[in-house]
Amino acid sequence: MSSSPVFSSPFTSDAFRVKVGLAEMLKGGVIMDVVNAEQAKVAEDAGASAVMALERVPSDIRRDGGVARMSPVAKIREIQEAVSIPVMAKCRIGHLAEARVLEALEVDFIDESEVLTPADEENHVYKHDYKVPFVCGCRNLGEALRRIGEGAAMIRTKGEAGTGDIVHAVKHLREVTRQMKALTLLSRDEWMAAAKQLGAPFELVVWVAENGRLPVPNFAAGGIATPADAALCRILGAEAVFVGSGIFKSADPAVRARAIVEATTHWDDPARVAKASENLGEGMKGIEAAKLVEAELLQTRGW
Amino acid sequence: MTVVGVLALQGDFEAHAAALARLGVDARPVRTAAEVRASDGLVLPGGESTTMWKLMEGTGVAEAIVDVARRGDPVFATCAGVILASRRIEGPSRDGLGLLAATAVRNAYGRQLDSAVVSLTDLDRDALGAAPLEAVFIRAPKLADLGPNVEVLARRDGEPVLVREGNLVAATFHPELAADPRVAALAFAAHPALR
Repeated sequence: MSSSPVFSSPFTSDAFRVKVGLAEMLKGGVIMDVVNAEQAKVAEDAGASAVMALERVPSDIRRDGGVARMSPVAKIREIQEAVSIPVMAKCRIGHLAEARVLEALEVDFIDESEVLTPADEENHVYKHDYKVPFVCGCRNLGEALRRIGEGAAMIRTKGEAGTGDIVHAVKHLREVTRQMKALTLLSRDEWMAAAKQLGAPFELVVWVAENGRLPVPNFAAGGIATPADAALCRILGAEAVFVGSGIFKSADPAVRARAIVEATTHWDDPARVAKASENLGEGMKGIEAAKLVEAELLQTRGW
Repeated sequence: MTVVGVLALQGDFEAHAAALARLGVDARPVRTAAEVRASDGLVLPGGESTTMWKLMEGTGVAEAIVDVARRGDPVFATCAGVILASRRIEGPSRDGLGLLAATAVRNAYGRQLDSAVVSLTDLDRDALGAAPLEAVFIRAPKLADLGPNVEVLARRDGEPVLVREGNLVAATFHPELAADPRVAALAFAAHPALR
């Protein structure tokens, strides 16, 4: 395990470049939540660029309650056997041992995810200590840069998972974009105050101020249920999308998965998105996110 | 004006466009058969080849790529792009576009934990010079069964990782993720910006 001080910038290391490199390869694609090998195969056949193994899709976690944990090891192995595309898996926020188990299983990416029940109410995993890359959710720029500071190689919006309601993914994408634009307008004298206000590492605030984007790929997640939802996220600047309950809680998962892949690639061609949106069958019913009470929100998990 | 098309169905097409821009080569994303055919050269980028196949089905894009290659315009393939370009693919088995007389073995080094930045020293010096070449391998394929007209320009542990066949240059690693411009310059050597 590395004991290097944070200040010696692990961001230029070959280890970190290889992590961000895989995130680069996933751009323009759709990462689909799956709970078993059968779903993983459906996802791969539909053109998923990766699959995300988890114990239960978010809408089931929401419906059934209880503690949501890392996927059972046997399920992860079965999914790895079934597909040739990258396999991601979720661990609980701050659950160092689940993260190490997923690394030992050689998953390709770990999602330290608010969808699962947090294991630590203050701390996230120090992700530079792992050889496997991590993705983390965010609601705003400060949260994104804190996660990158810990070593996340990919950022996604949190949205509100398991609702099929896109409204919070939109809110989080717009918020991150707005805050990045605002940073680019500051003079250097204002950078430290901005870092203080965002609660973000100074060096990363400087990087965003100078480049106008995140230093790692920026994807969308949380509430994507239709091809048009995926296209909307791309219009708002997301470089790829994660889809959870939206596929396997719909009437025809294979058809919908394929359509969302099509719309994610051709997001700027409305005729293609329209064609992809035809004859999909019933979508997931969904829950209006605005009707959820505070305790039911998953996006408030993470610090 | 000479415009290189970067196949932008999925993957690191933006990284390729940025790397070409640094060389002074105009590159634009292409997603349809018409856009592919209108290009004076092509990049088949990294990404997930299974996703790219799915997005090409029934669109004529695959045929357009073959047409561009057959008419002699430069084609530069990296990682997943090499898988698309190869004659045969393993893991799982299927036919590729047949632009490169080789079999591409997917995920042959293993999973992401086996991805690495490697300094390549076993180079064709006439093509690349003597300086070591930094190569970023991400869940990379390996090349096997090379045809007689395939030149090997770089090897990693004795195995081919950079090859050329006529107007096609194929790297199983990602030159677009490194600062060294030599591989892209080789692929588009005939481009006005690089002549």
